[in-house]
Amino acid sequence: MSTRDRILSRIRRATAGAPDAPPVPRDYLRVHGSRTPAETADLLAANLTEYRATVHRTDEDGIARLLARLLAASRTVLVPPALPGHWLASATATRVHDDPASTPYDLDRVDSVVTGCALAIAETGTLVLDGGPDQGRRRITLVPDHHVCVVRVPDQVVDSVPQALERLDPTRPLTWISGPSATSDIELDRVEGVHGPRTLDVVLLGAQ
Amino acid sequence: MTGTHLGMPAFPPFPDAAREAVRDGVLRANLRHATHTIRGKRARAVAELADWERLRAAGKAVKDHTLRHLDRYLLQLEASVTAAGGTVHWAADADEANRIVTDLVLATGESEVVKVKSMATQETGLNEALEAAGIAAYETDLAELIVQLGHDRPSHILVPAIHRNRREIRDIFRSEMGGWGRPAPEDLGDDPRELAEAARLHLREKFLRAKVAVSGANFVVAETGTMVVLESEGNGRMCLTLPDTLISVVGIEKVVPTFRDLEVFLQTLPRSSTAERMNPYTTMWTGTHEGDGPSAFHLVLLDNGRTDTLADATGRQALRCIRCSACLNVCPVYERAGGHAYGSVYPGPIGAVLSPQLRGTAGAVDASLPYASTLCGACYEVCPVAIDIPEILLHLRERVVQGGPVTREGVRVRLRPAHGHTAERAAMRAARLLLDHPGALRAGERLLARARRLRPRRLPGPGRAWTDTRELPDIPAEPFRDWWLRERGNRP
Repeated sequence: MSTRDRILSRIRRATAGAPDAPPVPRDYLRVHGSRTPAETADLLAANLTEYRATVHRTDEDGIARLLARLLAASRTVLVPPALPGHWLASATATRVHDDPASTPYDLDRVDSVVTGCALAIAETGTLVLDGGPDQGRRRITLVPDHHVCVVRVPDQVVDSVPQALERLDPTRPLTWISGPSATSDIELDRVEGVHGPRTLDVVLLGAQ
Repeated sequence: MTGTHLGMPAFPPFPDAAREAVRDGVLRANLRHATHTIRGKRARAVAELADWERLRAAGKAVKDHTLRHLDRYLLQLEASVTAAGGTVHWAADADEANRIVTDLVLATGESEVVKVKSMATQETGLNEALEAAGIAAYETDLAELIVQLGHDRPSHILVPAIHRNRREIRDIFRSEMGGWGRPAPEDLGDDPRELAEAARLHLREKFLRAKVAVSGANFVVAETGTMVVLESEGNGRMCLTLPDTLISVVGIEKVVPTFRDLEVFLQTLPRSSTAERMNPYTTMWTGTHEGDGPSAFHLVLLDNGRTDTLADATGRQALRCIRCSACLNVCPVYERAGGHAYGSVYPGPIGAVLSPQLRGTAGAVDASLPYASTLCGACYEVCPVAIDIPEILLHLRERVVQGGPVTREGVRVRLRPAHGHTAERAAMRAARLLLDHPGALRAGERLLARARRLRPRRLPGPGRAWTDTRELPDIPAEPFRDWWLRERGNRP
């Protein structure tokens, strides 16, 4: 008998005669509290800030100027394939396009990365990337030390985790980001930036 | 069959190990600071959600439903992972899991792997098995790195180096990092920021060149084959996305039926464990993704005592555990004894009920673990999936003392009573006899009252062990029932 069949038959013996489990009660809240879209964006900003991300607000007219300022100290910036061209129109950093043939060492030499997102969750201060064309592969938002993520407000902002899951496609690679990389392993003192980007700038676009 | 083992060599039973640990002042101070800090923060994070109790009930129900139909959900999971480009392997015990992983690594031609913290591979002792096959396994979680470099064992589920303070960590980094790769800077201080930076540089070398990674998973979704890993540092993302081959070793109890079910646990797990609204990074992947992440994905489904635990109607609720470690942080026994005293990769209250079930109660350590508790119930109160740990502790105590039917490696066997509890069983038999014969009880009580001046401070003979750590209670001058008769006996 294969291990697979052995484990399955053990499970069947172990659960034989057990009463059927009651249905899952789904009476928990879909959203915690009631907010206008503007209040939801404020909550997202507050929660991101609490986790040491830096939040900026601008509109289509101001985004190029803002991104140029955020990238002022960067020599190179990674760009996903379908990032709107005008976002980086004023930035002086050299564009690097993610090449499937590039190695992690190549990515390690890049200073910053700019992406869009799939959605953001206000109640938890979370950005979700799903590998869409304005976000690129998972590794480009991981290796460089500075990540700038642009969230379209209010379209891409949901209130809660249940609302987020409902909108996501589980077959895509998903990365949930709540503030920059952090550890509390040394005497529970929180330190930002162990392995992921140490600096996370979030741009709320359209929320002027 | 080699039996279940949890990656730990011979350890003293809990009372002996704990006696040593409570004498260590530094350890107690480190533990007290850590557990008190995190339990305060957790209470605030939980209080933010008005529906916490409903989420807790839903989490419990999702897990119970999955366990009840575990065969069906594992088969569904196998089909969805395979359809998404992954390969599924089944492992009955630790040795089989280690053999599967070792063979997969050898097949890539690589001799080193990076690891993201995983309880399952700690349980199987994978690092030692890989080492025996000439493969170096690098732990990449900061706390796991501290443990690995310190030739130490983890003492907490979530913060495995909780028992170390910053000076100890600096000393470990200075003396050990060079032997594994990039050495720590000569002038490394003990500021957590500096220490984290030293770990970043040391590990980045390994991440950038790694071709094979080994992980666990917090959840796996049967419906879609989606794997979910929650973490904070980014070492998880590094392992899960940069290498060509990813091997995930996951206990069969980690499966949940649907993607939607994650809405419960993604709310309860971060708040229960790190006391955050959400942990910094969560990675979800489904099989392999064209052009993004590893091109080969292997899922190893691990039994290692879980089906035996499932066969126990009371004990099976321990399989609901989502490894948040909230029970450790509120436990007065864990706070004083520390994680090492439990002689298991799962310490604290959950370890006290999980390890003796996964491994069986035949060994001295496992027979002692159900007693590593004051039964105060705080662990049950904080558990986000409502595992009634005190109930299982009592159930396991009864099993240790009385013996009885249990399932080991899929076979129903009758367990003999454990050694060392003869006196307890004799006392219980005597008590039953007395309580069944009120006349004898009354005579005994009166005799005791008259002889109360002769009460020794410690019991002689088989009762001595009991009074080693307890005061023998005073004997009243008059038995209660005599007092009652005298005072109230003439009333209706």
